[in-house]
Amino acid sequence: MGSTAKDGSVSEFLAMGGYGFYVWGSYAVAALCIVIEIWTLKK
Amino acid sequence: MNSTLFHYASPQIFFPVAGKLIPWFSVLAGLLAIAGLYVAFFVAPTDATQGEAYRIIFIHVPAAWMSMFIYVVMAGWAAAGLALNTRLSGMMASALAPTGAMFTFIALWSGALWGKPTWGTYWVWDARLTSELVLLFLYFGFIALKGAIPDPVRADRAGAVLALLGVVNVPIIYYSVQWWNTLHQGASVSLTRSPSMAATMLLGMLLMALAAWMYSIATTLTRLRNIILERERDAEWVRLQRTAA
Repeated sequence: MGSTAKDGSVSEFLAMGGYGFYVWGSYAVAALCIVIEIWTLKK
Repeated sequence: MNSTLFHYASPQIFFPVAGKLIPWFSVLAGLLAIAGLYVAFFVAPTDATQGEAYRIIFIHVPAAWMSMFIYVVMAGWAAAGLALNTRLSGMMASALAPTGAMFTFIALWSGALWGKPTWGTYWVWDARLTSELVLLFLYFGFIALKGAIPDPVRADRAGAVLALLGVVNVPIIYYSVQWWNTLHQGASVSLTRSPSMAATMLLGMLLMALAAWMYSIATTLTRLRNIILERERDAEWVRLQRTAA
């Protein structure tokens, strides 16, 4: 098994089997886009 | 013609309806995203060939689906506006464009970050990637064109023509992986054959796709209300709305 949270620690989860930069880079920018869109709509 | 549809095509009638719907779609979007992310990171197994890198799929595929789907809906409203001269149609198309552009950007960005570990490059000028980039420019063009024309009626018409011309790009994106030799893999999910992935992976993707749908409806309706208030600011009912708020 790889480094999912099922068997690993938090740091192992964040590492994403060495692909952390790519995986979290995708999700972080998506989350940022959503936050910006909601923020501009609220104004 | 259906008179109920035309009844709701009046901005004044639609404004409070949209206001009531937005909280429901927002809550659904949040709940589905939480469930989807849980399945994506804690339930779906590690991919045999791509390891954990494949988990980008849960954001990439729903974003790519939405980017194309929103464009088709936008072009549909634009066409309805041209054909029926309903005021709300052009506003609906305007309200959809920024959310569509956002999902297109997320699809391109997550695709680049997925391409690097799996293909060894962030970007290639192949059919799928290039046509998706063209989609982003079509959204930008649509938004810029409408913004550049001060008269809303003419802006709606010009925007509608651009949206309808651009819709030809959507099937090109979708079928690009079949029509051309491309680095991008074929469709993982199709209506005609069973999916080529684990059931939990598919579940995570569908939950995230549904969340993206609900999110898009909520943001589009919110933007539509803003547009209605701006365009109808001289109307009596908007002034009453302002004083009531």
